Amino acid sequence: MRSLGIGTVCTIPDGGLTPLLAMCREDPDTRVLTLSTEEEGIGITTGLWLGGARGMVALQSSGVGNCINALTLPIAFGAPCLMLVTMRGQWGEFNHWQVPMGQGTQPILTQLGVRCYPVETAQEVAPAFIAAANMAFHAQERCAILIGQRVIGAKAFGRGED
Amino acid sequence: MTSNYLDRREFTAAVLAERGDTLVVPSLGAPTWDCAAAGLTAEALHSWGGMGLALATALGVALAQPNRRVLCLNGDGEMMMGLGTLAVVGDQAPSNLAILVLDNEHFGETGGQPGLARTADFCAIAKGAGIPRTMNVTAMEQVPALTDMLFHQPGPCLATSKIALGDFPLTMPEKHGPSIAAAFRATATNP
Repeated sequence: MRSLGIGTVCTIPDGGLTPLLAMCREDPDTRVLTLSTEEEGIGITTGLWLGGARGMVALQSSGVGNCINALTLPIAFGAPCLMLVTMRGQWGEFNHWQVPMGQGTQPILTQLGVRCYPVETAQEVAPAFIAAANMAFHAQERCAILIGQRVIGAKAFGRGED
Repeated sequence: MTSNYLDRREFTAAVLAERGDTLVVPSLGAPTWDCAAAGLTAEALHSWGGMGLALATALGVALAQPNRRVLCLNGDGEMMMGLGTLAVVGDQAPSNLAILVLDNEHFGETGGQPGLARTADFCAIAKGAGIPRTMNVTAMEQVPALTDMLFHQPGPCLATSKIALGDFPLTMPEKHGPSIAAAFRATATNP
């Protein structure tokens, strides 16, 4: 993120994002911006780019569902959009409330023209992130890295947060 | 309709005349047409869609350009759709961000259906969301105090203005998104 010049991470957190967000909060050059709903992150990162800065949205797959019409903004402006999505409802999910957007995230984003980078192993995460970020900021595309539930590990029932 | 309802074009022209080098992010529909009618071009991010996100977009611009004043010119319907963003603004507290809600209590673009702002109070909501400086505007005589708050006092701040419904001549700005974005970005990033 640092080498790509991404200075702001807009987020509604997810368990799978916790270590990354904790690292970002400790980095003096990175702003972690807490949202009230994920679609705001699409507006804010579009505004950041219009003002000459770079940001990304970090969210859970269910939050992608909240972003659909918001994606009109970067699509219509031809502005970059970078989303880091941690997947639920995909691999060993125990909570059926997570399944609709877990299964829907990639087809819905693809339908809107967002380039998806699904990742199923830990080694692929960094190269996929760099590829997606370069495509977003240089080709001015909308790109989403989808971190599979296999990478993060399916959550076990009763551990606390959902 | 009471005398407390302002003429939107007279009001927005008087406010925008004091903007200096402020970057303006209008919501879709009438606030965008108001900016066009007031002669704003590249310094306004004319909007034709993505309802609810004008304030989020303005916040992004304000965070990227902390030394430039940014005004979000929001309709009441769009402000209602982005109420949660007021809490994000309260949390980030950008001192260069101002919000002016043009509140005609109706959805003007879709045929004048009643909205929710007849009972909701945006200033009270903004205060509750951590935006301490607010103003209710009901008369043209308040414009000097309003523009001082919007363009000169430390933000974030929010003002609401009760606007009369009516038919106004349509002044259409640029519609092509990449052209709007390129012009605005060049204006925003050039000192």
